Amino acid sequence: MTGTIHSLWTTAADSATPLDKIPTPKIEYAQLSPVLIVFGAAVLGILVEALLPRRSRYIAQLGVSVTGLAAAFAAIVALAADGYASAKSHIAAMGAVAVDGPALFLQGTIVLVALVAAFTFAERRLDPLAHGRRVDSFAAQGSTVPGSEQEKRAVRAGFTTTEVFPLLLFAVGGMMIFPAANDLLTLFVSLEVFSLPLYLLCALARRHRLLSQEAAVKYFLLGAFSSAILLFGVALLYGYAGTISYGGIADVISGTAKMTPALANTTANDSLLLIGGAMVVVGLLFKVAAVPFHMWTPDVYQGAPTPVTGFMAAATKVAAFGALLRLLYVVLPGIRWDWRPVMWGVAIATMVIGAIIAVTQTDVKRLLAYSSIAHAGFILAGVIALSPDGVSSVLFYLAAYSFVTLGAFAVVTLVRDAGGEATHLSRWAGLGRRSPLVAAVFAVFLLAFAGIPLTSGFAGKFAVFKAAAQGGAVPLVIIGVISSAIAAFFYIRVIVLMFFSEPQPGGPSVAVPSALTSTAIAAGVAVTLALGVAPQYFLDLAGKASVFVR
Amino acid sequence: MNPINYLYLSALLFTIGGAGVLVRRNAIIVFMCVELMLNACNLAFVTFARLHGNLDGQIIAFFTMVVAAAEVVVGLAIIVTFFRSRHSASVDDASLMKL
Repeated sequence: MTGTIHSLWTTAADSATPLDKIPTPKIEYAQLSPVLIVFGAAVLGILVEALLPRRSRYIAQLGVSVTGLAAAFAAIVALAADGYASAKSHIAAMGAVAVDGPALFLQGTIVLVALVAAFTFAERRLDPLAHGRRVDSFAAQGSTVPGSEQEKRAVRAGFTTTEVFPLLLFAVGGMMIFPAANDLLTLFVSLEVFSLPLYLLCALARRHRLLSQEAAVKYFLLGAFSSAILLFGVALLYGYAGTISYGGIADVISGTAKMTPALANTTANDSLLLIGGAMVVVGLLFKVAAVPFHMWTPDVYQGAPTPVTGFMAAATKVAAFGALLRLLYVVLPGIRWDWRPVMWGVAIATMVIGAIIAVTQTDVKRLLAYSSIAHAGFILAGVIALSPDGVSSVLFYLAAYSFVTLGAFAVVTLVRDAGGEATHLSRWAGLGRRSPLVAAVFAVFLLAFAGIPLTSGFAGKFAVFKAAAQGGAVPLVIIGVISSAIAAFFYIRVIVLMFFSEPQPGGPSVAVPSALTSTAIAAGVAVTLALGVAPQYFLDLAGKASVFVR
Repeated sequence: MNPINYLYLSALLFTIGGAGVLVRRNAIIVFMCVELMLNACNLAFVTFARLHGNLDGQIIAFFTMVVAAAEVVVGLAIIVTFFRSRHSASVDDASLMKL
């Protein structure tokens, strides 16, 4: 064995291989264009930050972000129309990135979510004027100490953190690669590429900076911990299979790979595979906020600036579930008898605990955080189905859920009092009397979360539970329906609070947003109703996009 | 020497790091423990590369180092802003959102 290993980096003097024999990697730029466009726009955003004067950065950044994301979406649609979602699905970039139906569908969802989120990031009408200048939800200068003289000077000078747009784009780029990653190294690197900008975005709230910084510290420490766990899992899977490509590991697990003495040695012991697979799955479950890895969610969702929370809640979930689906369906179907019971338990715990703890919440953002945990459980039920229907129902649910979440958090940014957003539930009492339109829109989102017919939530839940039942998980479906009922209780409670209780004297006012947030909320309502009234077209679309390439 | 011993060392380092994350109170120390876990992963990667006789694991180790460096940049920035506003880096002080 010593001979084989040394031949990798030493060579006999007479038979030296010339350097020009090393094959050049083949990169399919056209197939990777959506991701490349987003990263290109992000780099352009950095240049804008470095080269333009402060006053013109905001418009330039918004223009670059919106154009980049729209172009990326056009590229995704073009690839899908070209057949890359079905017949021509392909593994690009030397086996690193898959270009197939689920990848394109999820990338399209993420890009649209980010486009809408960019509008909420850019909103500048909600906060009162600071020294005659309009300001957004982000700190004047992230490095200043809250309440210090330095911060006051930054506010007086009219600084704004326009860096949030490049950070958003880098996060989007990472999220787009995450569900398409076709080897474990790409999985890990893209996880970090989208996590690091999110940690920073969490720390940048203009109001309640202390809470925001606390959220960032918690998210960062726990996120880094979970990605270290994921990386050790990657190491063990690599040790088991001797390769990091998804297809290669699946071949080794199914026993169709070519045996070498080293492979015979490492595959003799299943514990490398089981522990490694479990650790990678734990890393992903942390990102989707499944119980028992959900502890960070309420604090981070509450502390982060609300536009960031909306983006994070929607897009991270899409990306992480995409990666989880590909891992379980492409790499680990060979050991499904081992992971399915565990995922059953995780799904049940997530649905039940998310729904029950949400009932006790008194803060709107925390309530939505626990509701997102419960929804992660519903989506996991579809993941467990292990069938093409399972994939398509999860894809549909993710698209439906992400727009409802974005819209709901956009509404939360509107209800304000002197201290910024009024997120305590008691402050929302009687909102329906004072601002019927805003309350009605929020009620639509809550009904969609609860899964009432004619909203996207119903179509999504129905598809997921149907797939789970057909996959033999009837008890899981029954528990899912029960926890949906528990969850419906607290959604309806908020609606009752808004419409049937007396408004508080001196209660919060509803800020009139600019066209940016209005567009975001309108997009949320439109998608919620469209996917609820006529889900079939989108279910068919998700169904067509439900085959992984290997 | 049998390369398996390096795997045991790597698992031990990973466990020390993980235990440190769970029990230590200073955010900087917690973060250093995470870095220890990443380096334990690196040791496992190069050992497995040696076992299998291919270079994938060694390449991944380089990627891990770059990612860890990027994480230090972001993490220290966050911890320093946290420290400057509270004059403490203890994670026990991060409790404003407790019910």
